[in-house]
Amino acid sequence: MPSFTLTVNGRRHDVVVDPEMPLLWVLRDILGYTGTKYGCGRGLCGACTVHLDGEAIRSCVTSIEFAADKKVATIEGLSHNRSHPLQQAWITEDVPQCGYCQSGQLMSAAALLAQKPNPSDADIDAAMAGHICRCGTYNRIRRAIHLAAKGDGQ
Amino acid sequence: MNNSLSLNRRDFIKTLSSAGAGFVLAFYLPSKELLFANSTHQALEFAPNAWLKIDTSGLVTIIVAKSEMGQGVRTSIPMIVAEELEADWSRVRYEQADLQPQYGDMSTSGSRSIRTGMETLRKAGATAREMLITAAAQTWNVHRNACKAERGFIIHNPTGRKLGYGELVEAAVKVPVPENPSLKDPKEFHIIGTAIKRIDTSDKTDGTAVFGIDVKVPGMLYASVVRCPVFGGRVASFDATKAKAIKGVRDIIQIEQTVAIIAENTWLALKGREKTEIVWNEGPNTNLSNSSIREMFIEKSKAMGAVVEKLGNPSSAFSTATKTTEAIYEAPFAAHATMEPMNATASYKNGKCEIWAPTQNPEWIQRDAAQALGIAQKDVIVHITLLGGGFGRRSLPDYALDAAKISKAISVPVKVTWTREDDMQHDWYRPASYHVLAGAFDANRNLIGWTHRLVAPSILGQRSPDQIKDGLDRRACECAVEMPYSIPHVLIDYQMANTPVPIGAWRSVYASQNVFVVESFIDELAFAANTDPVQFRLELLKRSPRMSQVVRLAAEKAGWGKPLPKGHALGIACAKSFETYVAEVAEVSLDEEKRARVHRVVAAVDCGIAVNPNTIEAQIEGSIVYGLSATLKDEITIEHGRVQQSNFNDYQMPRIDEMPKVEVHLVKSSEPPGGIGEPGLPPVAPAVCNAIFSLINTRVRKLPLRIA
Repeated sequence: MPSFTLTVNGRRHDVVVDPEMPLLWVLRDILGYTGTKYGCGRGLCGACTVHLDGEAIRSCVTSIEFAADKKVATIEGLSHNRSHPLQQAWITEDVPQCGYCQSGQLMSAAALLAQKPNPSDADIDAAMAGHICRCGTYNRIRRAIHLAAKGDGQ
Repeated sequence: MNNSLSLNRRDFIKTLSSAGAGFVLAFYLPSKELLFANSTHQALEFAPNAWLKIDTSGLVTIIVAKSEMGQGVRTSIPMIVAEELEADWSRVRYEQADLQPQYGDMSTSGSRSIRTGMETLRKAGATAREMLITAAAQTWNVHRNACKAERGFIIHNPTGRKLGYGELVEAAVKVPVPENPSLKDPKEFHIIGTAIKRIDTSDKTDGTAVFGIDVKVPGMLYASVVRCPVFGGRVASFDATKAKAIKGVRDIIQIEQTVAIIAENTWLALKGREKTEIVWNEGPNTNLSNSSIREMFIEKSKAMGAVVEKLGNPSSAFSTATKTTEAIYEAPFAAHATMEPMNATASYKNGKCEIWAPTQNPEWIQRDAAQALGIAQKDVIVHITLLGGGFGRRSLPDYALDAAKISKAISVPVKVTWTREDDMQHDWYRPASYHVLAGAFDANRNLIGWTHRLVAPSILGQRSPDQIKDGLDRRACECAVEMPYSIPHVLIDYQMANTPVPIGAWRSVYASQNVFVVESFIDELAFAANTDPVQFRLELLKRSPRMSQVVRLAAEKAGWGKPLPKGHALGIACAKSFETYVAEVAEVSLDEEKRARVHRVVAAVDCGIAVNPNTIEAQIEGSIVYGLSATLKDEITIEHGRVQQSNFNDYQMPRIDEMPKVEVHLVKSSEPPGGIGEPGLPPVAPAVCNAIFSLINTRVRKLPLRIA
């Protein structure tokens, strides 16, 4: 099996796996980044969202071959101490219920804010509609994104 | 949580002495740490009962013996104990209990954690508080009546001297456990009733929260388990040759009527699964379909079932009525679709099995695993992880038994992860149902008669048929009987209509569909009587003041009767479920393709004493979304004995762009606490469908809502 090099949250990893293996399972089962979640395996729910060279992607349908030599950012790398404005806003608004989908939601929201520092509701809909939250935290997610955008998530 | 509160005095002393002089060891292990490391830490601690411990720094740890699935129980349980303890909330943390007999019923379902646990939890905190007061009084050599507890300190009233709880640990462990500690006057509550932030939010924002699927046990392998797509099918044969040729696929074994693919990681297990050729004996259900089930329901609906409730003389009411209205309602099977697919990890070794599971019912896992593995129940240790959603699905033990059986078969720890498709096609679905209703009016347009025949599979009847007497399952009639409305002549009968489709509790259980039916039909009758639906309900609710209050509040806050944007309409519905009263008003419009768009839901909630208004509001918001999903989208259909849906492409649910505004108005109440995880759900569907009727004069009598 071929060897791939991956940079996750700034750390270099070499893995020897099947080229088709989705990035999701490399992160979770091989490298131990379990904050990234499995939800559907088909890019339908957003639970597995990570950043690949800064872009929000679904790691369950992204092969290791495609991700190799690129920069991966996972929820564990969003900040060192929950200091990212979105994490702060998520805590202020008490967004999570079960919390399972929230890593993916946060990663998409972070990619959104990086592109549009002050998103409209329509921007939020467009960026976040790929995610499912079965607990129904959508309104709090929207409030938290606006709060983080205003820069006073504390 | 029955009678499991505290050790009695004798047990307490025994614990004390067995733990050595001067300190008590907590007798549970913090499960989160146990997952990864040896967690024995022997520190001086005051642990007067199973529910809390205080260390010498004054840090209070409260044990949560329920499952956290998003409802906030890891916050609300500590709040109750901390309130009576008079703890400083900033010095309170929680630990998840493993399955342990001293906690009594640890299953988390039926919106019961607070309403059945409140007294026990209050007493647990009060016991410790009284002991700390005694310890301080002894230290100061004063009468204990001159001392009070206040936010982490015991204060000597006359002198103002104070000692922190941490400073009192050494003395408190020697104090006898009081039998009947005094409880606080609810007027003095300063933790209960405040909108406190959840304790567990931070871990859910940085990836550190450990769900079942995140458990890792040294040396474990990963498995995928294949079930026959047709309910009741069996494994005829399988060929693992190609799958076993994949490097990293360790083994492929048949376990009862499943085939397990065991590999070095989840992906390899899934790859091995693709290459495993299984021949199924599909069994007797290949002709089962939605239409065959519906035909059976219709056939059953023609005859009288078991009488569940009879008031007055319904037949004479209908024969003397000046006007009658009849209708048939239907609801489909629905899947839970928790975001975390079913999974569990098990390690079987030397006749003992340790299981880590995101479960709502660790007792059931323990019982069935012991039986399946042929070992004693005490040799099955169950650790409860975080649950990535529960909604009733995780009350069943099937996924944990997969892991336990495989681990025993291969003598290696194993994590089983179901695919989303497994999860969707092997759920324990909300039962489909069929309802025949009639209402009768007298000459003054008073509603005098109501009949309702419920035709539905019985969860109890499928699981424990011997517990069904004379075809009666009262729980299947939840919210269809004992209606809050005063109607003099009522007949409710139930036709048990079981099918091979596995069924189970789905958030709010039978209330989810029965309230859709009852509240839609009440609305029909309001229009038949030419009366405003709010007014019509209030007239019938004169003997139900709590329900009247939430109906009035929801209507008022929603602006009932006031002008709305063009093309919008309001609908109302109410229900009492799990001892909580909820009324909801939905504001709805239709888009160009006649799809319902829900703009706003206003909820009025009377759940008795509100422990944490913040998590209550979140639960109502969440229940509304889950209910909207069932109103607008959820439908599991059966063809050739199998579920046709497989993933989120063909089983859809609301996303952020379809989310209505939600307003939650809590009624201030000193009644005993009601449930909160489910009661927000039942009124959603009828509120939306009643709004649709106001909008286009078309009555929605079948879910999910589709307008032709």
